[in-house]
Amino acid sequence: MTVATAVDTRLDARPVLQASGVIKRFGGLTAVGGVDFSVLEGEIVGLIGPNGAGKTTFFNCLTGLEVPDEGRITYRGKALPRRPHAVTKAGLARTFQNIRLFPDMTALENVLVGRHCRTRAGVLEAVTRMGRFRREERESLSRARELLSFVGLPSSGDWLARNLPYGDQRRLEVARALATEPGLLLLDEPTAGMNPHETAGVMALVRRIREQGLPVVVIEHDMRFIFGLCDRVVVLVQGKVLTEGAPAEVQANPAVVEAYLGKPA
Amino acid sequence: MSRLTASWHKRAETLPWARAAGPTWLQIAAVVSIVGGVLAVTVVGLAIEESNSFIVYLAVVSAAVIALQLSGLGRWISETFTSHSRIAAVAGVAAAVAFPFTQGGSGYWVRVFASIGVFAVAALGLNVVVGLAGLLDLGYVAFFGVGAYTGALLGGARLGTIDVQLPFPAVVLIGGAVAAGVGVIIGAPTLRLRGDYLAIVTLGFGEIFRITVNNWTGLTRGPNGVAGIPDLVVGPFDFGERHELFGISLAGFTNYYFLEIVLLLGAILVFTRMDQSRIGRAWVAIREDETAAEAMGINTTRLKLLAFAIGAAMAGVAGTVNSHVTSQVSPDSYTFIESILLVAAVVLGGMGTVPGALLGSTLLFVIPEKLRAFQQSRLLLFGIALILIMRFRPQGLIPSRRRTRELQADDPSGGDGLGAPRAGPVPVE
Repeated sequence: MTVATAVDTRLDARPVLQASGVIKRFGGLTAVGGVDFSVLEGEIVGLIGPNGAGKTTFFNCLTGLEVPDEGRITYRGKALPRRPHAVTKAGLARTFQNIRLFPDMTALENVLVGRHCRTRAGVLEAVTRMGRFRREERESLSRARELLSFVGLPSSGDWLARNLPYGDQRRLEVARALATEPGLLLLDEPTAGMNPHETAGVMALVRRIREQGLPVVVIEHDMRFIFGLCDRVVVLVQGKVLTEGAPAEVQANPAVVEAYLGKPA
Repeated sequence: MSRLTASWHKRAETLPWARAAGPTWLQIAAVVSIVGGVLAVTVVGLAIEESNSFIVYLAVVSAAVIALQLSGLGRWISETFTSHSRIAAVAGVAAAVAFPFTQGGSGYWVRVFASIGVFAVAALGLNVVVGLAGLLDLGYVAFFGVGAYTGALLGGARLGTIDVQLPFPAVVLIGGAVAAGVGVIIGAPTLRLRGDYLAIVTLGFGEIFRITVNNWTGLTRGPNGVAGIPDLVVGPFDFGERHELFGISLAGFTNYYFLEIVLLLGAILVFTRMDQSRIGRAWVAIREDETAAEAMGINTTRLKLLAFAIGAAMAGVAGTVNSHVTSQVSPDSYTFIESILLVAAVVLGGMGTVPGALLGSTLLFVIPEKLRAFQQSRLLLFGIALILIMRFRPQGLIPSRRRTRELQADDPSGGDGLGAPRAGPVPVE
């Protein structure tokens, strides 16, 4: 099964995502203060930093939920559209730090919602069940079932999202994001609140996503997750990039330790 | 009280008839006889002239329904109806068609039920807006009014202001289209608001409609309204005349009653098919979490406008037809309380469901009609009933499939083998 259908498989030197000089201010507070960030084809990039470093705000700037005050963001060479739904359609899909599923819809329906931007049947086709409606529904349904199996929830399709166990809700969010056929996946703390066993399961899932050729950006606090999975780690502190590099380099950098724990007295 | 019902529900689970079970012929027979029974109960109830006796009758029927629910049979019935929905639908239509023949030529209740039909079409339209997309619209009756005035002015009213009489199908289409257009005009600036704010602004627009109609005398004849709207004549068939069928004389309103059934079936078809499509799922997603829906690639502005337009169009069509049924339209038919009644019908019956909207509209029409003796305290009683229902059955009388599941489902990882297996081999660090 392939996950990343929107990915151009030719090797491309150009970055998938390129953000330069992104600034986002809330009143007097500069949440993101001029961040340069890029993602290459097939990469897993970790975005780490202490609480309040601006990681989620930066994600929101990428996905259109916030409009950056300054800066330029391009996705596969094209400037990103403004509205979040257009960003998703362009190929960026995300999950949320606090799970934001549609709680009173079933797991399957949640994934089907992700298919919305890749289907086109209109009102008349829906009412008459003609034209592309039946074909699209059939394809969406089989695709959604595939994705549920892919993230490890093959028999949970009929459950209401709100009734799923916490870890499964996180997996369902990933399946919903994958249903939009992204070319880049953004995960906002996918293992928050999970036990080590569940965390390992999500790591395996992210690896399998990367094996499909889909690049992933992940915000995480779990350092075992970050250093065990990422090709490159970017450290954000107070809205600025402190350092970036291979996990081992970053881990050894005293400035990073200081940013998290403060200066030794 | 709710704990009591909860424990009963638990017990009902273990009873042998808790799930749809039994031979197919038995299930089908049950569906048909239940629909027939509902028709019989309705006919008998309507025949009770005296208000007090009717209240006693209503109490007995409610008690019987609650007893069915508590015994677990209610669950079996709803499962059976779900698995034989087509047969249930055919039986329901047959019962609705049979109803006028039980009235012995009297048109009174047929007329009331024709009004219920109109009201139910509007309630289904509102159900798209409120039940599916989750947009609380407190000025919805304005769209009904737009349709009614379009029908009156273009349908050849004797005391109108425009001297045209278009054929009925054209008038219905134009009425729906004009209402949809007004829906888009009102929706475009207001739909950026959420929740309570949207409710207040739509309430305002509803009032603007009423006041405009009251004062635009050149078009609407103001408070006098447009009167003398002719009976429908389609081909050689005059809807206003008595007709004989199978030797039974049917009152003039029966024709409109049958027209309403056709209209209602159309509305049900549109509602269910929209609900079970990518557009319906997008609406529900917006209701559940608008930000997440937008982030998942749904153009929320466009889909909310679409919900507004389709809901308005359904109300517009209902209004157009209703102007011929009532033969006159005036601004005082489109007041705030009418919007509230529509919302109440949807919430009372169960948001997002077809049977809910139908039951809600029926109850809201029949009960006040029957309680005329309590004219003074009617709204008070009505309010008390609403409070009681919201207290003890907040999901509505006939809750949606999704909400039912929410109440039934247990923890899927509850050791019953239903839990989701973990993905693949888990690497150990």
